[in-house]
Amino acid sequence: MISRVRLPAMARVVVDVMPKPEILDPQGKAVTGALARLGFGGMSVRQGKRFEIELEGELSEDRLDEVRRAAETLLANTVIETFHVRVEASPESSDEDDQPEQSDQDDEDEAAEEGELATRAG
Amino acid sequence: MGPRIGVVTFPGSLDDQDALRAIRLSGGEPVPLWHGNDSLDGVEAVILPGGFSYGDYLRCGAISRFAPVMAEVIKAAEAGMPTLGICNGFQILCEAHLLPGALIRNDVRVFVCKDQDLRVESVDTTWTSDFTAGQIINVVLKNGEGGYVADEETLQRLEGEGRVIFRYVNGNPNGSFHDIAGVCNERGNVVGLMPHPEHNVDSLTGPTQDGRPFFSSVFNFLTARV
Repeated sequence: MISRVRLPAMARVVVDVMPKPEILDPQGKAVTGALARLGFGGMSVRQGKRFEIELEGELSEDRLDEVRRAAETLLANTVIETFHVRVEASPESSDEDDQPEQSDQDDEDEAAEEGELATRAG
Repeated sequence: MGPRIGVVTFPGSLDDQDALRAIRLSGGEPVPLWHGNDSLDGVEAVILPGGFSYGDYLRCGAISRFAPVMAEVIKAAEAGMPTLGICNGFQILCEAHLLPGALIRNDVRVFVCKDQDLRVESVDTTWTSDFTAGQIINVVLKNGEGGYVADEETLQRLEGEGRVIFRYVNGNPNGSFHDIAGVCNERGNVVGLMPHPEHNVDSLTGPTQDGRPFFSSVFNFLTARV
């Protein structure tokens, strides 16, 4: 286990941005093609962006709403992309797996949450 | 001096000088504008030029759209000021929601640089009135993210309202939906297109002068108004 550094009243919020399913994803297609050439068959890739936001102050619903507004205003272009906001386990609380899941706008990829929490907390 | 037409320079703009020159060649008074200013310096029309503003970080045009000068551009465009976005400028206008849709990476996954044939689909804008509808023109196209996309409802509305201004002909170079190369807003004062008319104004440097009518259209519009 990595030693845990306590951040003063900071929360990490992650915003994932993905191209909408109906929008062509040339980057994902290029990666898919390269994987196939390398022998990694049966992998279809869509490429998005991940933003890690260190949020100062107490984490609250209002602060999360602010992050959602930031995502909608700048981080994602909702004409072509969806975004998904979630709170990542902060280093000091990663023993308890009780971080609230925050999502928005995106109804499809709830499943990936737990794995991601575990990875980052480790 | 003719009407004052501004060209905004963002960090990373490339074609601002060519746009200023095209304005001068058409009889207008070119006015350089700086992205960090919050004044349009009394211009009567404005051009957002091509290039890679803010290094295309995040998304093309996404950061420029919030530059201080853009608050004034948006206000003026909504009030009817003739506004033209070329290439990166088109991307900025889409990010600013002055035009519908968005530009994504070319489906061919390479930067495209060529002399491109276009069909003029509408002359009912302040930037295209000197063309004739259906005219085929040839203008430089050079971009990596020129694929025009919008949802089906938006595409139907654009088609129905005659707001597709230019269409690629003799091949779609980048996967744009409906072969769309340029669109306008409802009022026809805001036009955005991926090809670069400012490069096609002089026989010394361009294979055609098919870009000139853009600048003469707005010149005539502005001088007729006075």
